[in-house]
Amino acid sequence: MSDNPVFQRIQSEIDGNDVVLFMKGTPVFPQCGFSSTVVQVLSILGVKFKGIDVLSDGDIREGVKSFSNWPTIPQLYVKGEFVGGCDIVREMYQSGELHDFFAQKGIAVSAPQAE
Amino acid sequence: MPQTAPDGPVASAIRAKLTAAFAPQRLAIVDESRLHAGHAGAREDGESHFRIEIVSAAFRGLSRVERHRRVNAVLAEELAGRIHALSLDVRDPDA
Repeated sequence: MSDNPVFQRIQSEIDGNDVVLFMKGTPVFPQCGFSSTVVQVLSILGVKFKGIDVLSDGDIREGVKSFSNWPTIPQLYVKGEFVGGCDIVREMYQSGELHDFFAQKGIAVSAPQAE
Repeated sequence: MPQTAPDGPVASAIRAKLTAAFAPQRLAIVDESRLHAGHAGAREDGESHFRIEIVSAAFRGLSRVERHRRVNAVLAEELAGRIHALSLDVRDPDA
């Protein structure tokens, strides 16, 4: 890990919250279609998460890209593990893997498994 | 597939890089910039928002995250500049 102070802030967010979404805008008012898609998936599954608005923090916005080795926003972390961005979250949701993944991680999912 | 328009210069560069890196069995590059006209990051001359579907044996055995990282690494220059949004569907031929 680097001594980049932003990395420490990011690390403490993903250490302190089971499900963290780095996104553009807020869960209530996403400012980007890709971020909005991930918020919708998490909402359908009934998973509680912490949204971090990178638009309100330029250091996090750039820092999280190098932290995750991932060039785009949104970025989803679950129990400290990087899951992916919008395309991966959507794929995993549609195949049912995301539901199982949360269950394996011990994250409460309120929605029934999709048919 | 709405793969109708000929590649613009950015799409051509993307196609050349991905072809060289992965020898894909299938590669579709769709410029979706028109769908985002007027949005943040959109450019008047388009070629800012792309959807790429790529199938290559090079992705066998890799996780989803790792597949995307391989593609992103090849397109690092474009992602740092011209491309505002990139949607990826990365598969191996067995999927």
